[in-house]
Amino acid sequence: MSNHTFTHLDALESESIHIMREVAAECKNPALLFSGGKDSIVMLRLAEKAFRPAKFPFPLVHIDTEHNFPEVIATRDKLAADLGERLIVRSLEDSIRRGTIVIKNPDLPRNPFQSVTLLETIAEFGFDACMGGARRDEEKARAKERIFSFRDEFGQWDPKNQRPELWDIYNTRVHNGENIRVFPISNWTEMDIWQYIGREKLYIPSIYYAHQREVIRRGNSVIPVSDLVQPKPGEKVEVLSVRFRTVGDVTCTAPVESTASNVEEIIAETATTRITERGATRMDDQTSDASMELRKKEGYF
Amino acid sequence: MSNTTQLLRFITAGSVDDGKSTLIGRLLHDSKSIFEDQYSAISKTSEKRGMTAVDLSLLTDGLQAEREQGITIDVAYRYFATPRRKFIIGDTPGHEQYTRNMVTAASTANLVVILIDARRGVLVQTRRHTYLASLVGVPHIVLAVNKMDMVDYSQARFDEIVTEYKAFAAQLNLRDITCIPLSALVGDMVVDRGEQLNWYQGPTLMEKLESVEIDHDVNTTDFRFPVQWVCRPQTEEYHDFRGFMGRIEAGEVSVGDEITVLPSGRSSKVKEIVTLDGNLQTAFAPQSITITLNDEIDISRGDMFVKADAMPTVAKEFGAMMCWLSETPLDKNRKYLVKHTTRTAKCLFSSVDYRVDVNTLEQHTNPSVNMNDIVRVAMKVQQPLAFDHYKRNRASGSFIVIDEASNNTVAAGMIV
Repeated sequence: MSNHTFTHLDALESESIHIMREVAAECKNPALLFSGGKDSIVMLRLAEKAFRPAKFPFPLVHIDTEHNFPEVIATRDKLAADLGERLIVRSLEDSIRRGTIVIKNPDLPRNPFQSVTLLETIAEFGFDACMGGARRDEEKARAKERIFSFRDEFGQWDPKNQRPELWDIYNTRVHNGENIRVFPISNWTEMDIWQYIGREKLYIPSIYYAHQREVIRRGNSVIPVSDLVQPKPGEKVEVLSVRFRTVGDVTCTAPVESTASNVEEIIAETATTRITERGATRMDDQTSDASMELRKKEGYF
Repeated sequence: MSNTTQLLRFITAGSVDDGKSTLIGRLLHDSKSIFEDQYSAISKTSEKRGMTAVDLSLLTDGLQAEREQGITIDVAYRYFATPRRKFIIGDTPGHEQYTRNMVTAASTANLVVILIDARRGVLVQTRRHTYLASLVGVPHIVLAVNKMDMVDYSQARFDEIVTEYKAFAAQLNLRDITCIPLSALVGDMVVDRGEQLNWYQGPTLMEKLESVEIDHDVNTTDFRFPVQWVCRPQTEEYHDFRGFMGRIEAGEVSVGDEITVLPSGRSSKVKEIVTLDGNLQTAFAPQSITITLNDEIDISRGDMFVKADAMPTVAKEFGAMMCWLSETPLDKNRKYLVKHTTRTAKCLFSSVDYRVDVNTLEQHTNPSVNMNDIVRVAMKVQQPLAFDHYKRNRASGSFIVIDEASNNTVAAGMIV
């Protein structure tokens, strides 16, 4: 053993592969949630490591808010096509047309409504397990969530009624109508993700790298100008060198000022940054101390 | 942190009074793993509560659900890294569910930090934590004698505590114990050495965490490969490909090695070790790999590949130490499910021999089995399992018990 070097990335990778194979073997009808963001791109590579030379024993699923960055959607489609894997896309617009989502203003952030379309998609296909790329270092509600996170018929997470998780022996059993969310990269940090993207030379959307972008300063955040976000009277549009640390809803994802134009430079910045990933970039998580916890209880990832 | 750092999982055992949250906060703070937005949030809360200094214990403060309902969720995981290692802390709250929580967190840990208040010395809970660490087989123990600032940094007091602790620990067959005097509040001997403990020559807590040898925490000699998934691509290119996918739980395997498939007992030779990054000549625990064999033999999920020179026991009956996790007591008349490596089988409890009082280590015979109880049981399973003594091999000696009616995980077991 002493002549082998088994690094933290090797350990995390092997753990994630093991989790994905348990899902494939024990769940009847699993799916892998894939958005085209960096964490889900890592998930896709892990699925290749777990199942090649065969095809994935599950489809890729994206719940599209239609508030996404075009570069991310293009990456989503390219990577699914390159791998020859089946991609199912369901849109919040479908739920809005059906009347199951009622929104007052179509331009407002849509993350709170994602859970509705996700639950409808789970019902449509009868998925009993959905794998997602959430990480425990992102947020304190996630820090207390299991790798195999059990959900009731309403898709709700009950933080005080979680199954104990011991060793690497996972309990995947559910009754009909219930399902589990599985987080194979629970133990990865933002730094691990970037190191793995570098090691595996993964293709990621260009907006993760520094680029010139029109932005508006609002409070402590820099907001990208887009079709959905226009300057209010008195606000000044600036062009800054920025990159995105997360890519979510365009109306509530803020970039950070940066000149890091490749993975090595991003790793160097990540090592010295003093702000958490969500603290820097997600306005929807700053509204209250328990925002994420509340959304998870409603069935959000 | 580079691409060549190792991963260490550890847990902290102790109550709020011992300064556990402060210690975790101190480790995160002094290793510069706290972000500004987190720090400003806890500064504000500290100020609101009328404190003069920032209360680092707030970093591990709970969820809204916990605060509102006065409950604690069993394990929270926290992450930090130094240039030498990446760390995962399993942070367990104290209180009455402690046994279950600690067993859960300890099951994946390389190391446990057991906290003692230097003023109070070795307490009942110290014995409990140490017993549970030995039961779950945590390979490395650090006794952190905290609040040394409250006993004038007295070497005599530290030595007294260490002597008492080691006398107790000697009964439990623990192989690696390190005792460190420290002050989490002031910061002495956590990350920095400080000025007050110059009589102590050993490592700081962080130095210990960064340097403890963990390569041999997994069994490196007895090859164990539970089959998770059989890969049959059925494409033109891979028409005849039959790969057995899984993770090596112990030992290592090379191309050409003769392996035995359990429980059938059939043998074959390893043809290839396949990974996405190319075929390997040798693979070792805990790598996830795909194995192809020279012969076509019937193999499915739940089978285990081993080598003839290090065979596990294959049997339908075994004894185990078990921690009951569920609020619903064990019903000896019912059948349950046992999940052991990748095999799930019906099981029943033929006897419950005794319960261990985790505070005194006394054995009570003929007990009922309630949440947090540690019991010695004899079990029967419907299909044979290939298992090892837990002390020899954590991966092939552990199992969980599932209640088929609720689908809940109700117990954790260690084969003896």
